[in-house]
Amino acid sequence: MPKVTVDGQEIEVPAGATVLQACELAGKEIPRFCYHERLSIAGNCRMCLVEVAPGPPKPQASCALPAADNQVIRTDTAMVKKAREGVMEFLLINHPLDCPICDQGGECDLQDQAMAYGRSMSRFDENKRSVDDKYMGPIIKTAMTRCIQCTRCVRFAEEVAGTPEVGLLYRGEDLQITAYLERALTSELSGNLADLCPVGALLQAPQSFEVRPWELRKVPGIDVMDAVGSNIRFDLRGPQVMRILPRINEDVNEEWISDKTRHHADALVRNRLDRPWVRVEGKLQPTDWAEALQILADRLEDAGEKVAAIAGDLLDAETMFAAKKLLEGQGSNLLEGRQGGMDYDVSSLSAVAFNSTIAGIETADVILLVGSNPRWEAPLVNTRIRKAVNRGGAQVFAIGPMADLAYPATNIGDDLSLLGSLPQHVLNAFASAERPAVIVGPGALAAGALGASLGLANSLNLIREGWNGFNVIHTAASRMAGLLLGFAQPGGLADVEAAAPKLVLLLGADEVAPTRLPGAYKVYIGHHGDAGARHADLVLPAAAYTEKHGTWVNMEGRVQRGEKASFPPGEAREDWTIFRAVSDLLGRPLPFDRFDQLRAAMIAEVPALGADGLMDLPWSPPSLPVTPGGPVTLPIKDFYLTNSICRASPTMHRCSEELIHGRTFAEAAE
Amino acid sequence: MGYTGPLADKDRIFTNVYGFQSPDLKAAQARGDWDNTKALMALGQDKIIDEIKASGLRGRGGAGFPTGMKWSFMPKEPKPGKPNFLVINADESEPGSCKDREILRHDPHKLVEGALIAGFAMRARAAYVYVRGEFIEEAAALERAVKEAYGAGLLGKNAAGSGYDYDLFVHRGAGAYICGEETAMLESLEGKMGRPRLKPPFPAGAGLYGCPTTVNNVESIAVVPTILRRGASWFAGFGNPKNEGTKLFQISGHVNTPCVVEETMSISFRELIERHAGGIRGGWDNLLAVIPGGSSVPLVPAAEIMDAPMDFDGLKALGSGLGTAAIIVMDKSTDIVRAISRISYFYKHESCGQCTPCREGTGWMWRIMERLREGEASVDMIDRLHDVTKQVEGHTICALGDAAAWPIQGLIRHFRPELERRIAERNGGGMLEAAE
Repeated sequence: MPKVTVDGQEIEVPAGATVLQACELAGKEIPRFCYHERLSIAGNCRMCLVEVAPGPPKPQASCALPAADNQVIRTDTAMVKKAREGVMEFLLINHPLDCPICDQGGECDLQDQAMAYGRSMSRFDENKRSVDDKYMGPIIKTAMTRCIQCTRCVRFAEEVAGTPEVGLLYRGEDLQITAYLERALTSELSGNLADLCPVGALLQAPQSFEVRPWELRKVPGIDVMDAVGSNIRFDLRGPQVMRILPRINEDVNEEWISDKTRHHADALVRNRLDRPWVRVEGKLQPTDWAEALQILADRLEDAGEKVAAIAGDLLDAETMFAAKKLLEGQGSNLLEGRQGGMDYDVSSLSAVAFNSTIAGIETADVILLVGSNPRWEAPLVNTRIRKAVNRGGAQVFAIGPMADLAYPATNIGDDLSLLGSLPQHVLNAFASAERPAVIVGPGALAAGALGASLGLANSLNLIREGWNGFNVIHTAASRMAGLLLGFAQPGGLADVEAAAPKLVLLLGADEVAPTRLPGAYKVYIGHHGDAGARHADLVLPAAAYTEKHGTWVNMEGRVQRGEKASFPPGEAREDWTIFRAVSDLLGRPLPFDRFDQLRAAMIAEVPALGADGLMDLPWSPPSLPVTPGGPVTLPIKDFYLTNSICRASPTMHRCSEELIHGRTFAEAAE
Repeated sequence: MGYTGPLADKDRIFTNVYGFQSPDLKAAQARGDWDNTKALMALGQDKIIDEIKASGLRGRGGAGFPTGMKWSFMPKEPKPGKPNFLVINADESEPGSCKDREILRHDPHKLVEGALIAGFAMRARAAYVYVRGEFIEEAAALERAVKEAYGAGLLGKNAAGSGYDYDLFVHRGAGAYICGEETAMLESLEGKMGRPRLKPPFPAGAGLYGCPTTVNNVESIAVVPTILRRGASWFAGFGNPKNEGTKLFQISGHVNTPCVVEETMSISFRELIERHAGGIRGGWDNLLAVIPGGSSVPLVPAAEIMDAPMDFDGLKALGSGLGTAAIIVMDKSTDIVRAISRISYFYKHESCGQCTPCREGTGWMWRIMERLREGEASVDMIDRLHDVTKQVEGHTICALGDAAAWPIQGLIRHFRPELERRIAERNGGGMLEAAE
């Protein structure tokens, strides 16, 4: 632990810390542009110069200098001030100073630091440089004249995203950042480039000229696009979510989010269900709440215990709990959440959880992916695996169709019978591994491979002191909470069908094929006019995840809560109030009148949902029959169009067409 | 000891610098190269380094860092999988410098033998010679010499019968000045963009492919075998203290016979020019200024340079430097502002663009220089220019920022009246008088 002196204040810093980190520990602000905690050190902006003794009699770049014992660091001398002013002047001489029309204005590092560390006027009389804008795809809009060549974007694309498609052209003052051949970036994380950009050179294209940061209200939320549970922030102007940004959570998403998480915001005001509809003579007709609720009450009365509820992928725990209570009142427990018909065993939640934890998988040294493409199923788990590969030298093997994972993986075939007869080189790798991990994807779950995979837990010795290497990736944000609340039948959807319910509540369930559950009266309760509403007999408009408080449990069993950011549009209302209202009509009012009562009732019944953070999932795998092998497929065919919200998003459709289907839009940048 | 008079023919190291004889192995051996190299290597690694330290040899690439000391930074016992490397900098791109090319095309075996001995001394597995992209003939000559050496068993397994395995690779650059900076050269060798690395870590800790590496100039390496043969005290017997040895001087510009010549360190400028360059064009009174060490060092006006000793410390005392000893002589017909402006353009063009002060500063400095050349400026712009050079100098990752700033600082220091005259003339004259 080196001891250094920063501006006369003696502090101890962790071994391996840089001078910049030492200064920060001492409470000194060090201006910087190129330095970023999660990227490699470039040391090229020269903004973080400080005076260090012993050392040469010139200012040193603190971001790249290791802190050493007995260093005397000064951040407040005339030399440092002059150096910062000088660098700031250089950065500004060729910067367009078009802040009034720049989307970065108000949250621009250059603007802020120019105020704090710059001179008040310019001494530059020459013409400014201008740089052609580059095409970087549907997410990133460029204004390259503003670029200060910090190379954060280059480093992010190469180091974190694993898509080294951003680079430098030319040299000296002609240096330019560009995308490879000006093709669209193929990264699902490209939106983070604009977050990292300290100036307005890389911007979020979908929000171009839409918002100013100071007019936005910020509400913390939890992402529902996948089961990672990324921590996000909704930025609202009035009632509308204008954009979504990541919040830092080291255990989950660090400070990144996927493009799907970030840019489905435009769908929250599109294709919304804003009034009840009822099917009359085969056609959906608008109706009002009084009539709609009466129809539902009558149908429920009529169906008695022949009622089922199917939970969609985006649901919060409270909605599922309220629906469960409604069905309990009917005497039914026909609850299911696995819309695609999966029927894996859920007797032990730990056997279907991501046990290594998302942060923990970084430390794995041998990983076997079974029927999984984590890049699409959980992009921020994929970045962690990539870290394990790049930093820890982890080996990755994969069973399943070949997918571009952004890191090297050895595909050993796509037949699940391999689980029982792994090739010798894979067994050798696992034999010498200290932290071996198996990741079972939704493809393998659907193919019934959970039993065979659990067998590996023993044969590959995945469970050790302080390490559980058995992991399951889910794709539905509602899955883990749904399993906790009993939204699973032993035989899956087939069991629900076998019970021949007269009435089915589709709770935002859009992925249930219209041909399933024949003969049942289908009531769709959800927020977007998507597949579920299309074949429903009664459509009740409800709240999207941004419009209600909610509890979500991610794939590793982490309980997180999102806040209500705005109100449902039109006549739509929060889901649980619908159940509460209809229970009143039935004469069996549910025992909660307010949201906090609902949440308290839920926690009383399932205490695990009451404590934020990782829940305790003791390892007790069921012993399951090993089903015969067969080819495994990956369920996600189009990363950008996986649920009812993103299917309503023009941005997601554009991404899908350009990045999945290869349509060219490059000329649209002009 | 001090300056000991001009170099006698018997003391020349580079006996074929003019190419009067063949550069091939046989001729080189006749000149004494590869003469019992095995015995030199039998001195042992530490002894060789001690000899080089004792000889006082300072790096000939410009910075003048003691060569023996540099070698001693290399790990004595390389870790498995992390061999030591020697990288030889033949990316001679400094305007005015033209000594390495003479060695490469006329005396390549001096370099190849030196590479073996130096590499052996620093326990290197192999040497890489990074040859400037524009040096077509030179690279071919070196490659020929390397091939001859391999053929004669002087390189490769059991090199020169010493029992030491050693390889030498010739790598061609692509024509970027910045790749002559040692860490940019390593990046370039690794196949990346030639951009200087942050130091620390220094190359001796983590250099080429992350392995311990020493980067030396061609001349520094090529003189090593002769120093060992004739003894450290012989080499140390030339020149002023701390500036010992002989040196290839490259005299260009307004002299009667420009040339590359090996001379004793610390020889005075006047003697050097009179003996070898046939005097200044138009006589000594016609001398305006001299850039004594390649384009990156500040110029020295005539009066100060004439009797100055040409060595590291002597020129440092004049606010300039020996650099690579590339002496650019300018007589009074020179448009000195235009000359420096052209150098500024060179640095603007060659900046890698990685770090801010150099990327933005070199272009700005050149543009102000162009204004000053025409006098299309105000007097306070001279101060502004000086301030900008100070903002670049010492704030960059590598020394290119300094190299771009120094010539301009030298110009302002010594020729400010000329700059002001041009401004006054352009602005209708009489301004200076009015100001007085």
